[in-house]
Amino acid sequence: MRYVDEFRDPALARALIREIEALAARMERGRDRPFAIMEVCGGHTHAIFRYGLEGLLPDIIEFVHGPGCPVCVLPMGRVDDCVAIAERPEAIFATFGDAIRVPGSRKSLLTAKAEGADVRTVYSPLDALALARRNPEREVVFFGLGFETTMPSTALTVLRAAREGIENFSIFCNHITIIPTLRALLQTQELGIDGFIGPGHVSMVIGTEPYRFIAEEFGKPMVVSGFEPIDLLQSLLMVLRQLDDGRARIENQYARVVPEAGNERAMAAVAEVYETRPAFEWRGLGSIEHSGVRLREAYARFDAERRFAVPEISIADPDACRCGEVLTGKLKPWGCPMFGTTCTPETPLGALMVSSEGSCAAYFQYGGMRQAKLEGAA
Amino acid sequence: MCLGIPGRIVGIVDEEAMLATVDVSGVRRSVDVVCVAPPDGPLADLVGAWVLVHVGFAMSLIDEEEAAATLKVLAEIGEADAEIEAIRASGAEAAPAH
Repeated sequence: MRYVDEFRDPALARALIREIEALAARMERGRDRPFAIMEVCGGHTHAIFRYGLEGLLPDIIEFVHGPGCPVCVLPMGRVDDCVAIAERPEAIFATFGDAIRVPGSRKSLLTAKAEGADVRTVYSPLDALALARRNPEREVVFFGLGFETTMPSTALTVLRAAREGIENFSIFCNHITIIPTLRALLQTQELGIDGFIGPGHVSMVIGTEPYRFIAEEFGKPMVVSGFEPIDLLQSLLMVLRQLDDGRARIENQYARVVPEAGNERAMAAVAEVYETRPAFEWRGLGSIEHSGVRLREAYARFDAERRFAVPEISIADPDACRCGEVLTGKLKPWGCPMFGTTCTPETPLGALMVSSEGSCAAYFQYGGMRQAKLEGAA
Repeated sequence: MCLGIPGRIVGIVDEEAMLATVDVSGVRRSVDVVCVAPPDGPLADLVGAWVLVHVGFAMSLIDEEEAAATLKVLAEIGEADAEIEAIRASGAEAAPAH
């Protein structure tokens, strides 16, 4: 496939790895711990594991898997709200496939579906809108979640519904924004991150300018990256070169998709439909100010939270779960007593085990257990 | 969910509704092209363009020149590597130790 195959070339990957090795060998002097590089986006986490990149790189580099999996950071209480809406007899609850198995305090959407709720998996919010057109007697609710990558798609769908005068369509909005989240993360005292691999598809929407504070206020380099193995290796090399030179800049490896200015029309749709919430609750991270959005008053009729009474109960994560520490990179998944024992992709306790973009699921699926064993033996 | 995939716009479904048909590895579907529509000029100008498709929306026009530029940088790394490999294979002396 064009624009994909070129970025999976094994010969190029080998050349990049050798280049990284040579640079790392030079940098090793004087360092008493590995460089911790956080990939913010869950899509990157998935790619790093899928291609086994961690095992190919010198020990001096350690990936820290960031909070960028929107399914994983959704608190249990919000899942309970979804289930409450889905169980209304008039509702058709439409969701992306990776959210259907996230556990709530009582059940997941999948369990609700098995018990008779009309829960449908869709590829696009446009498909949820089509469901509303075809079922005028039902209430179609779309589970809107994701960072800025997905936000324009739900905003544009709301605008489309408004234009067409569709009355039986609404969004249960759980969208979150990346910048306040990164700032909160950077303000964490114990955060030992040396540099960042920036989210490619969030950046195609917001551009690269909003990240400047990471370099200017916190002195950390960031390279916005594509999702193929060559993209990730090249981005890593660019981060290491900055660290080697003592520079901190925002660079863009993924310029074929990410314009520096982002996408103006996508941002305009987001600004038209959404406003910032005072705070939003994250699983494992607690409440982060201004990190979530909701529909503006002008689009209240498309807001499932206003149309249906939802319980809105805050539910604490299970005591034994260490999701928060894994999310902030303080703990590797295998350091959690539940990992791979009571918490597995088949029966997840924590959300990081649910989505293929979650770091626990990635460790479980792609051999993180092996590393745990090696580490245990050492 | 945050992943997208490159596809090529092969036809316009509805100019007014800003919908076009995209071909992703032989699979076709209708996508919203509001975010990549030409500022002035007909939607038909998009036919043949490569776009990044995410949850039914064309979110970015893929910049062919930028893709070529990235690949060129990568190819240079590959070439330098091959060159060094060739020198090594030719039985070059090890660099003097300091």
